[in-house]
Amino acid sequence: MGLHDIMFYYFASVIVITALLAVSRPNPVYAVVFLIPCFFHVAGIFVLLQAEFLAVVQILVPAGALMVLYLFVVFLFNLSEIKGMKSTHRQSVLAGIVALIMFILLAVLAVRGIFPGPFQELVESTAVENTVAVGGALYTRFLFPFELASLVLLVVMFGAMVLARREGKE
Amino acid sequence: MENVWIYLLIILLKIVGIITVALGGVTVMNWVERKVCGHIQHRHGPLYVGPHGILQPIADGLKLFLKEDITPTNVDRGLFMLAPIMAFVPALLTFAVIPVGPHLMISNVNIGLVYILSVSSLGIFGIIMGGWASNNKYALLGGLRSAAQMISYEIPLGLSVIGVLMYSGSLSMTKIVMAQQGFWFGFIPKWFVIPQFLGFILFLVAAFAETNRLPFDLPEAETELVAGYFVEYGSLRWAMFMMAEYVAMISASCVIVTLFFGGWLPLPVIGPLVEGILPSNVVLYAMPVVWFLSKVAVFMFFFVWVRWTFPRLRYDQLMSLGWKVLLPLAIFNIFISGILRMAQLN
Repeated sequence: MGLHDIMFYYFASVIVITALLAVSRPNPVYAVVFLIPCFFHVAGIFVLLQAEFLAVVQILVPAGALMVLYLFVVFLFNLSEIKGMKSTHRQSVLAGIVALIMFILLAVLAVRGIFPGPFQELVESTAVENTVAVGGALYTRFLFPFELASLVLLVVMFGAMVLARREGKE
Repeated sequence: MENVWIYLLIILLKIVGIITVALGGVTVMNWVERKVCGHIQHRHGPLYVGPHGILQPIADGLKLFLKEDITPTNVDRGLFMLAPIMAFVPALLTFAVIPVGPHLMISNVNIGLVYILSVSSLGIFGIIMGGWASNNKYALLGGLRSAAQMISYEIPLGLSVIGVLMYSGSLSMTKIVMAQQGFWFGFIPKWFVIPQFLGFILFLVAAFAETNRLPFDLPEAETELVAGYFVEYGSLRWAMFMMAEYVAMISASCVIVTLFFGGWLPLPVIGPLVEGILPSNVVLYAMPVVWFLSKVAVFMFFFVWVRWTFPRLRYDQLMSLGWKVLLPLAIFNIFISGILRMAQLN
C-alpha cells in the first residue's frame, strides 16, 4: 500500500465519518460544522486525482460560500425548541427501507458499472494544464449542458426573488 | 528515500520562515497602526516602552499571554475554543502561494489565484462561529453581519481579478508577475494596475470589506455592538482574532502587489538606478524581496491611513455598495477588458 492509497483511505474514512455525524447530530449548527471538514476531504480526493482546479473550487463554493449561508440560516433557529424535538417518527422505518434500497443500488452500480465517460480523459490529460482542460471541455464539448445549467440557476434565482418579495413595498 | 526527507525539510523550513515573517509583520503593524493613528489624531501614540514605543506590541503580547483565560459559563464550549483557530489559520494559509521573489515561495501551484480566493473565504468561519458560540446577542449580530458582508463582497473580489487573468493568461502567481515585465515608452512599467485600473479599485474596496477593516468593520462596530463577534473573548483567544485581522491585512497587501503592482519586479526609475550600483549577486537574490516588501509596506500603510480617515458605512449602504455599485462595475470591467484584450491580440 503506497502513500497514495494511505491518503485515499484517510480522506475517504474522514468523509464517511463526518457525513454520518452531519446527518445524525440533533443540533443543526453542529451538523453544518461537520460538513466543513467533509468538503475539505472531498477536495483532498480531487487533489489525489490531479484535479487541482476542481479541488480548489470544491473549497471555494461548497465549503466557503454555501456553508456560510447555511450557518447564517441555522443561527437564526431557536435551539431550545429544537432540543425538544424527536429525531425519529412513524415514517422512519419507511425512509430506512428506501435508503437501504438506494444504498444497494448505488453499491451495485459502483462495483459493477463501467464509467466510460469523458471524465477519465479529463483526469488523465496531464499534458495540458488542469484549468485549461476544464475550461476547454466546458466551452466546447459540454457547452450546451453548461449553458443550460446557468439558465436553470437563473430561473431559480428569479424564483427566490419572487418568493421573497413583499407586496406593496418598493 | 533520503531525497524525500530533504525535500520535506526544505518545505518545512520555508513554512516556518514565512510564518515567522508574517507574525513579525503583525507586531510591526500593530505598532505602526497605533503610531500613525496617534499622529493622525494629533497625539504621540505609544512613547514609553522602548524608543518611540517600538517595544509596545511585545509588552502587550506578553500581557495578553499572561492574562487569565476565561470561558464564560453559557457558551458552546467546543465551537468557542475552535473559533479563534478557524479565524487565524486560513489567514496564514494564503502565504503558501505568494511569490516573494522569483523562486521564493512555499508552493508554485498553477491555480494560485483561485487558491487565494478560496482560502480567504474561509476566515469568516472563525468569525461567525465565535459570534454564535459566545451566546451573546451582540456577538451573534456581529457574526451575522460578517456572514452577509463577506458573501456579498466575495463576488466583486472574485470578478475583479478576471481582467488580470485575461492579461496574464494564467492562474499561477509567478506567471502573473512574469507577465508584468517590461516598460511602455521605456519608463512606465507594464504593471496590471494601468490596463486594469478599475479592476484594481474594485479589488481594493472588496479586500477592505473582506478583511473587516474600516470603513467596513461592521461585524465589530464598537458604537453599536460593543465589540461584535469577539465581545466574550479575552486574553490569548482575543489576541488570535486580532492577529488574524492583521495577518489577513498583510496577505491582502501581498496579493494586491502581486496582481497589480508587479510583485517582486523593481520599481520604475529608482529600480535601475539602485540596481546599477549594487553587485550582481545582490541584485539577483536580495533585491526582488526588497522591492516586494517595500511595495507591500506602502499598502499596509494605506490600510492604516484609510482606517483613521473614513467613518464606518451604515449596514444598508454597505449592501447597496456591494450589490448595486461594485458588482455591475466588475461585470463592466470584464466586458471592457475582454474587448481591449481581443483588440490587442489581433
